[in-house]
Amino acid sequence: MKSDIILRVIAKLLMPFMLIFALYVQFHGDFGPGGGFQAGVIAAGAVVFYAIIFGLTEGQRLVPEWIVEKMLAAGVLLYAGVGLAGIALGGNYLDYFVLDADSVRGQLRGIFWVEAGVALTVSGVMIKLFYLFAGRGRDAGDS
Amino acid sequence: MAVAVIAMAVQRNLFGVVVLFSIYSFLMATVLVALDAVDVAMTEAAVGAGVSTVLLLGALYLTGGTESKPMQRPLLPLALSIAVGAVLAYGMQGLPAFSDPQAPIHSHVAPRYLEQGPKETGVPNVVTAVLASYRGYDTLGETAVVFTAGVGVIALLRRRTRKGK
Repeated sequence: MKSDIILRVIAKLLMPFMLIFALYVQFHGDFGPGGGFQAGVIAAGAVVFYAIIFGLTEGQRLVPEWIVEKMLAAGVLLYAGVGLAGIALGGNYLDYFVLDADSVRGQLRGIFWVEAGVALTVSGVMIKLFYLFAGRGRDAGDS
Repeated sequence: MAVAVIAMAVQRNLFGVVVLFSIYSFLMATVLVALDAVDVAMTEAAVGAGVSTVLLLGALYLTGGTESKPMQRPLLPLALSIAVGAVLAYGMQGLPAFSDPQAPIHSHVAPRYLEQGPKETGVPNVVTAVLASYRGYDTLGETAVVFTAGVGVIALLRRRTRKGK
């Protein structure tokens, strides 16, 4: 598959659109369908697609494994951190109203960071699972 | 969809099963769009039809592509699944009709979310408002579940790799 020029060119062409669509779903989730989970999966799908076409090594050069592993934990920590920020600013845990002087803006801010956390964790898990499966296949093939 | 499911059950070639599974997920996503659940439909299309197909193909590559013949006729599982299906069908008789405005699910907190949600959160998409704000704890738990599952799979697959070496 690595040598097929049509697949390679199409993959290169599609990658930016897939990533932009993921960002669109992420940030437009307030107004249309979408949100952190969907955006995370679409972004992970783009990376998986790239790694399928260009090989696992290229994919891991694009998104190194250690970043993916950090993403897993960073997403949950970001989400929990938004909750702690609510406490620090004098509200309850995961209370977004206190995140800004204007309560509606506080809500928007809280939802934004929470969705970012969800997207980080979800895409991290998906990419990492793919790397693990694909990497095992390679190990089995070597031995 | 029914055709896809029956073909999946009959098929012995697992590659075909995975492809049919992907088709089924896409059909399910269109059903969800028809039910006006676009958020869920996007998730189904991306996870069910996209990423999980890739993961299943990766698993097939590791295990081989043909399902072995069952050791005995699976009569007990068949009877069990028919019984569970019958119980579920019986239980569905007690559910309110689809999109009945008097249904309990529509008469407790849902109207408040719909009326106050856009005003309180400034987010026009009520699904996002409920998911990230009103049900923030649930979504935190959900993210933690995804994280835990991912970490569990990482731990399992890593150890195997090391043993293999």
